[in-house]
Amino acid sequence: MSTDPGHETDPRDEHRSLDDVGPPPPPVVIPTGDRKPVVIVDDVHVEYKVFATGKRPTAADRKSIKIPKRGKQMRTVHALKGVSFTAYQNDSIGVIGTNGSGKSTLMRAIAGLTPTSRGAIYSDSKPSLLGVGAALLKDLSGERNIILGGLAMGFTKEEVEERYDDVVAFAGLEKFIDLPMRAYSSGMTARLKFAIASMATHEILIVDEALAVGDRTFRQRSEQRIREIRDNAGTVFLVSHSMQSIKDTCSRVIWLDQGTLMMDGETSEVIRAYHAAQDK
Amino acid sequence: MTIADDAPRAGLTKVGGRPPLGEYLREVWSRRSFIYSMARFRIESENQQSSLGMFWVILKPLLNALIYGTVFGILIGAVGRPPHYVEFLIIGIFVFEFFAQSWTAGGKAITNNSALVQSLAFPRMVLPLAAVVERFLKFLPTVVIMLVFLIGTGSPITWHWLLIIPAFALFFLFTCGLVLVTARLCVHWRDLNNFLPFVTRFFFYTTGVFFSIESRFGPRPPSPTEPKGYAGHPWLVTATDYQPVHEFLSLVRAALLDGPAYQTNQAYWLYATLWTVVLLGFGIWFFWRAEERYGRVD
Repeated sequence: MSTDPGHETDPRDEHRSLDDVGPPPPPVVIPTGDRKPVVIVDDVHVEYKVFATGKRPTAADRKSIKIPKRGKQMRTVHALKGVSFTAYQNDSIGVIGTNGSGKSTLMRAIAGLTPTSRGAIYSDSKPSLLGVGAALLKDLSGERNIILGGLAMGFTKEEVEERYDDVVAFAGLEKFIDLPMRAYSSGMTARLKFAIASMATHEILIVDEALAVGDRTFRQRSEQRIREIRDNAGTVFLVSHSMQSIKDTCSRVIWLDQGTLMMDGETSEVIRAYHAAQDK
Repeated sequence: MTIADDAPRAGLTKVGGRPPLGEYLREVWSRRSFIYSMARFRIESENQQSSLGMFWVILKPLLNALIYGTVFGILIGAVGRPPHYVEFLIIGIFVFEFFAQSWTAGGKAITNNSALVQSLAFPRMVLPLAAVVERFLKFLPTVVIMLVFLIGTGSPITWHWLLIIPAFALFFLFTCGLVLVTARLCVHWRDLNNFLPFVTRFFFYTTGVFFSIESRFGPRPPSPTEPKGYAGHPWLVTATDYQPVHEFLSLVRAALLDGPAYQTNQAYWLYATLWTVVLLGFGIWFFWRAEERYGRVD
């Protein structure tokens, strides 16, 4: 595909300028260049409505005789407050920020798993997310999870069979593959999930903290896999608290703080700014 | 918004949008081996840790039938009890058990699998469907028990028995429709999960699983115990004509059991089919409408 959005003789552009009587369309936001945008995040807001229980924020409250109002109140958590950026082919983007800054929410939204409240996200292929957290189906063995994961991603039975050995080898779980996943350590779970997700050749892969719990060997292996994906014209998002991992794999970094985008730029520059802000 | 305008020109599509219904259903269909495998793996893992293993699939319904047989066959009186009562009871309990379990499990299919829903993208409809398929796979061996029991008690084997195949197929689809509606409602309103056991229990006691509504509430001629006869509640009997679960139970019993008490209203085939088509159609549409919603954590 060779769409050049900035090209002036784009027929659709002319069409639009004939139709629109109002002010001329603002300049195209997508920077021109050889690289093709693959993910566009456009002013995305995500809000959760959750029930909160009566709270006792400080010890002083606890001493007071007034019993906090029991019962539930609706609280709105504004997890993302208008984030916009564009990711290009061959980008590997590190996402950093303190706990609760909205990193995982943003990643889930890009993967299409969490709906946005306002704004929209566009992508050229289905992004696939790989995160820590609960096992896929914890009562089933690793083997069953590989099969189900593959089938859920849309592979046929035969295709899953073909890839099965590679997945097990990549996860390094040959000895444990027949145990139910509830017996796995969090590192083993993460390894298996990464291996399952990398069954497909992804154009857009989102890795959310999954490498943090893996051991050194696995981390190196998966960082290698991430670089492969990037080199095959894919795009990788990596959420991590390990600045070393980010420096090793990412060419660009996005810094989120309390749901807003603080900075988006070259890796070392953003990391320096992030550290400076934290040390304050 | 400029970005929104530019996205389609760069060949990008909106993420998390719900595909059109036809495409969605095609995607669900292409995941059919996922549905089947998930159902099968679940059954296996459920019984893995017990020493009797897969034998439980057969043992559970047998124990159920034994308890209900003792309670309703021996302890409680005989009013409203049709001929071939034990066969009547076994069919009722086995078929109803499939329905009730599918309903409660299918209703929770999305809320209980949030880990899976939040880590992989796939059409969510496969989860409630897998729950129903799982119960249906468990139900099949009980059908065999049922038939063996009927043969053992001397019911003649007739071609008529084959009618259970369309009846079960319809019942399966009907249950799928009901479960799709329930699964979405449970996402909006979690409390429904807690209500479901009561709803199914209400159906259990009112549907005529262990007594025949027609002989209990239909008119009866004078007899030694009822010298004046019994006028019955014809409206109640008429109302149950339109109750889908009662229709399905009657159809299965009519297919398997002999005698004038089991001459089922042929219109039940029509009513049951209508229920199935309407509920399944509505269920698919209703579930699909909220596809984006299922990934939300709240």
